[in-house]
Amino acid sequence: MVQLFYFLIFPGLLFAGISGGFLSWFDRKITAWVQFRRGPVLLQPFYDFLKLLLVKETIVPKRGSTITFLAAPVLGLFGAGISAVFILLPAFGIGSGFQGDVIVIFYLLTIPSLMYITGALASGNPLAAVGASREIKLMMSFELTFLLVFASVIWRSGFQLNLGEIIAAQRETGAFIGSISGVLLFIALIMVVQAKLGLVPFDIAEAETELAEGTFIEYSGPPYALIKYSKYIMLFILPVLVVSLLMGGLQFSGLSILWSILKILGIVLLLTLIRNTNPRVKVGQAMRFFFLWMNLIVILALILQYYGY
Amino acid sequence: MVVGLKSLVLKRSLWLFHFGGASCNNCDIEILDCLTPRHDVERFGMLLVGSPRHADVILVNGSINKRDRERLLEVYDQAAKPVLVVAIGACGCTGGIFAEGNTFAGPVDKIIPVDAYIPGCPPKPEAILAGIVKLVQSKFGSL
Repeated sequence: MVQLFYFLIFPGLLFAGISGGFLSWFDRKITAWVQFRRGPVLLQPFYDFLKLLLVKETIVPKRGSTITFLAAPVLGLFGAGISAVFILLPAFGIGSGFQGDVIVIFYLLTIPSLMYITGALASGNPLAAVGASREIKLMMSFELTFLLVFASVIWRSGFQLNLGEIIAAQRETGAFIGSISGVLLFIALIMVVQAKLGLVPFDIAEAETELAEGTFIEYSGPPYALIKYSKYIMLFILPVLVVSLLMGGLQFSGLSILWSILKILGIVLLLTLIRNTNPRVKVGQAMRFFFLWMNLIVILALILQYYGY
Repeated sequence: MVVGLKSLVLKRSLWLFHFGGASCNNCDIEILDCLTPRHDVERFGMLLVGSPRHADVILVNGSINKRDRERLLEVYDQAAKPVLVVAIGACGCTGGIFAEGNTFAGPVDKIIPVDAYIPGCPPKPEAILAGIVKLVQSKFGSL
């Protein structure tokens, strides 16, 4: 029962989704301010979600696979929800996680993207197929960097494969970001998060201007609402993961609540500013960026870490 | 149309899909002006979307000729219902100077049901905003 509560309400689907909705409003409001606009109202992400869920009809493409097309958003939402549980339980100090949960988190975080790809390919739309193939190429390029960042954080924390232990190790020695190698890892991780969330320099899969939402082009109504919801969850848990891996985790006693919230808002602000000041890259450029430059940065960080910087 | 919570969430989150017929492009530019920082329709929750599947409002401008007619019907059928249609500009509302042309296939309301007309050649962005506000008021009571 407790597990079900963790998964469905706190810190799983409901809590992570609502926090992510507010973060999504924050992202859109900051974007509006950067462009000297007023921006949407506070509850805008929830209006969007409820409108898609309650009001709009579901259209299933004739030349697609109906079951796969409709199951993909549900499975993607479950993937996002389960990774939310595994990331947020140690981050909030409710549970300590288990040995090896960092690796489980790494795999669970790929499920939403994989499900978007499956759904797009099941829709039978050529634009969605182009979007899906771009998403696959993007995933192939950033996953190695993501894994290398995980590896170097695990090494740094004294070979702890447990997110709770990694946070505890940072409490003892200071946050990993407080060194040159930590800063390099942070840069690489922020870029990976940007690509995982599909934000602007790496939004090649849903390129609005040329693919008309790409992977999500055929979704309407409740299935699209579920996709939006899993995007809100990802927008919340990936910054929390960055904070847990490199910035000393979250604390919930007295004034440090404020500090924890500021850490998450700061990371989302950074992601938003990156997305507002950069044009979209091409697939080849994105692959070169991750395969060559980001991997080089992480390997440099590993070497610096070996010499104790 | 729809009542209660459904009406509230729909009117606060109208996503726009832009269909340009055989337009002279002036109305297209005025519609784009509504999305720029000066007029900013995102404060009403409106977004420009690229796929008719996501659309709540279809903005149609330009004269609709015989080829556009099929495309317009296709787009209207592909949109997830409920969907509102707004005819923008003299050509969208009545046909304008093309009304007697031999390729003209009738103003928009002969092809699909239209919920609001915004006349003008081209209508100012302020006029488009006022038209959409009036549409929301007539459908849902208030903005």
